Amino acid sequence: MTINLSHFSAAVVFALFASVVFGITQRNSTIEQLRYGLYCFALFVGGVFLAGWVMALIRR
Amino acid sequence: MAKPTTDKTTDKSKNAPAVTEPEYPLTTMAVVAPLVGWLIPGGGHILLKRYGRGILLLVSVVAMFLIGLGMQGRIYKPNGGDILDILGFVGDVGSGALYFLARIMDWGNVMAANAAADYGKTFLIVAGLLNFIAAADAHHIALGKKP
Repeated sequence: MTINLSHFSAAVVFALFASVVFGITQRNSTIEQLRYGLYCFALFVGGVFLAGWVMALIRR
Repeated sequence: MAKPTTDKTTDKSKNAPAVTEPEYPLTTMAVVAPLVGWLIPGGGHILLKRYGRGILLLVSVVAMFLIGLGMQGRIYKPNGGDILDILGFVGDVGSGALYFLARIMDWGNVMAANAAADYGKTFLIVAGLLNFIAAADAHHIALGKKP
């Protein structure tokens, strides 16, 4: 079985699972876990967009 | 008039070394839960009756590991060579039973030849590292440091 993911989709999948684990392990209550997980996911995906724009500007 | 004297021999407790109980005493479960959590991702949480968290951890770590294998990621073998190879092995072995299963079935025995395979290798390592964090979390729950 071979999985073909683009760089972006691989980064989003990575962000999703890593955020779930970070949320569960780094906070105590369920609502805090959910908020922290969403915060981590936003930072991961935001970082992808930021890095993408930086690389695009460097390339020009 | 003689001053009243205090009997120093009866006040030994002040000079005795302080013997305090640890705030979070080490229990059998605090040792077993992280070990089970390492072998079976999320298993430590399930053992401690945190079923929701355990299942989410299981799904996350197993999915990352399987996606890494699907992307033709490489599984590191025990080695004593390059420091990055050693760290790669440490990360991979964090997946516990998944790592041993992959080694037995000879999965991930490929050399990274493209970018996707390199991402796959990263997925495999990070799955193991996340599982280490989950096992440490199970230890803290068993100790009573975390609800």
